[in-house]
Amino acid sequence: MPLLSPLEIDALLLSLRVAAVATVCSLPLGLAAAWLLARTRFPGKSLVDAAIHLPLVLPPVVVGYLLLVAMGRRGIIGAWLYDTFGISIAFTWKGAALAAAVMAFPLMVRAMRLSLEAVDQGLEAAARTLGAGRGRVFLTVTLPLMAPGILAGLVLAFARALGEFGATITFVSNIPGETRTLPLALYTLTQTPDGEAAAARLALLTIAIAVAALIASEWLARRLKARIGRAEGTRS
Amino acid sequence: MIEVDVQFRRNDFSLDAAFSAKSEGITAIFGRSGSGKTTLINILAGLERPNTGRIVVDDAVLFDSSAGIDVAPERRRLGYVFQDGRLFPHMTVKRNLIYGRRSAPSGTEFDAIVRLLDIEPLLDRRPGTLSGGEKQRVAIGRALLCQPKLLLMDEPLAALDAGRKSEILTYIERLREEVRLPIVYVSHASDEIVRLADTLVLLSDGAVAAVGPLEDLMSRLDLRPLTGRYEAGAVIPVTVARTRPETQLTELVFPGGTLLVPATDLPAGHAFRVRVRARDVALSLTPPDGISMLNILRGTVTEIGDDSGPLVDVLVDIGCPIWARISRHALDSLDITVGKQIYTLIKAVSFDRRSLGYGAAHRVSEQTG
Repeated sequence: MPLLSPLEIDALLLSLRVAAVATVCSLPLGLAAAWLLARTRFPGKSLVDAAIHLPLVLPPVVVGYLLLVAMGRRGIIGAWLYDTFGISIAFTWKGAALAAAVMAFPLMVRAMRLSLEAVDQGLEAAARTLGAGRGRVFLTVTLPLMAPGILAGLVLAFARALGEFGATITFVSNIPGETRTLPLALYTLTQTPDGEAAAARLALLTIAIAVAALIASEWLARRLKARIGRAEGTRS
Repeated sequence: MIEVDVQFRRNDFSLDAAFSAKSEGITAIFGRSGSGKTTLINILAGLERPNTGRIVVDDAVLFDSSAGIDVAPERRRLGYVFQDGRLFPHMTVKRNLIYGRRSAPSGTEFDAIVRLLDIEPLLDRRPGTLSGGEKQRVAIGRALLCQPKLLLMDEPLAALDAGRKSEILTYIERLREEVRLPIVYVSHASDEIVRLADTLVLLSDGAVAAVGPLEDLMSRLDLRPLTGRYEAGAVIPVTVARTRPETQLTELVFPGGTLLVPATDLPAGHAFRVRVRARDVALSLTPPDGISMLNILRGTVTEIGDDSGPLVDVLVDIGCPIWARISRHALDSLDITVGKQIYTLIKAVSFDRRSLGYGAAHRVSEQTG
């Protein structure tokens, strides 16, 4: 008997894909938001800050509902997307990824913002006097010094995306093979008579993934810290 | 030429500085903390933006508010050595050094600077493992390797202990003598300034109080509150004439005559600067007789300080200005007035380890009395 049943493998791969796409696609946006919050001043900044953090405090069902209203086939943005490009993300795994990304976004931005605030702007100024333009300074000084924070943000976001339930089931429903990620599959099994054993197996699987992700990120973080050295970079 | 005329306001701080100085040798910006020194040097580097004004370095306009010119810091070609080094912690020393290389320079230039600053053994290390002095040497090398036309230094010694300070001072003197790079040097420490500066820009409360050759400004009584009282004295350029083995004394020629100091190994013709502190000079109305002091020089009283305390500074022209600090009681009882002929008795001459020419320099600080 194989280690995992085909259904379990389906749910696992779907979950990994949804979480990975959600995390990777929101990375540039997360960096931009972190920059906006840490380095710029503009009117209405506290509103933007609040909006980014909203998914952290709202019930996930509300986020899922708002996504449905906005991005559903007849939603405000969804209808335009469908009419213009023929794209529909409601009730697809892409919708699940969007829901996971929105829910994970505040955690990602928070970690990146903190690490950006810890970057010594004096080092950036020094780089500029050495002839580096803003772009080169960002790539060669700011980004490497932020790296541990970026990694932390990615890990947090990935973990949050992997566990996303409420917004997903509200926005894209619970379709086997399309939107039934590990948490949804686990939930389905608990609603099924005689599903306890299968549910327990899924729970163990989820725990195993979480532990593996933690160990991997810990190892990566240590390597990054070693690269940055124990000098100014660890002041934070 | 370095021409600066800038006005800068942030919150309750304002700086209104105008001066011009030759872009050769070391121009020191000197003032107490809070006088606006760092702001001024940051404005030069382009890291702070003045509200209005104009900055020109060697015919290149770096900032001109009326013409809408504000050259980005990365295009100003000014090297900057910060007080805290600011080495990139995630790069090795070598990568720090080559970070600012403008073009692919010859390996010889890199090697020459590495040798000048003795940083060869550090190349593969990371900044976190360096001592304060090593960090500053790497920071200086990094600034030099971007081939600046002017080097800015903001209190590069402030974070170092006394031993490291004198080590880095030696390297800065080497820069001046071997690389011949004009330097703008910010400091609040008068000993550094006297040792290094050719031109002095005195900054006080966000404004330039005086600009000129170091020797001139240091001997001006009206600037005494800014240049410091305890260490106050005259700075005199001298040239080594000869060393007499029979007396074990070296003769130093200066505009007003000859100073005798204990024999040094400085070669004849070597030009450098000595400092005579006001508290090391005594005055006498008659040529003193039967006295151990070697240096007794005749001069004319040109100025008398108006301090209200028990001590008074008297400026005597002995071919160059020299200060004597005497008691008010002595001033009154000897009836010392401006224009009076008087003898100055010099107890000690301190050598600043630097040369005015471009030769080797040595440090000596000796009593001559």
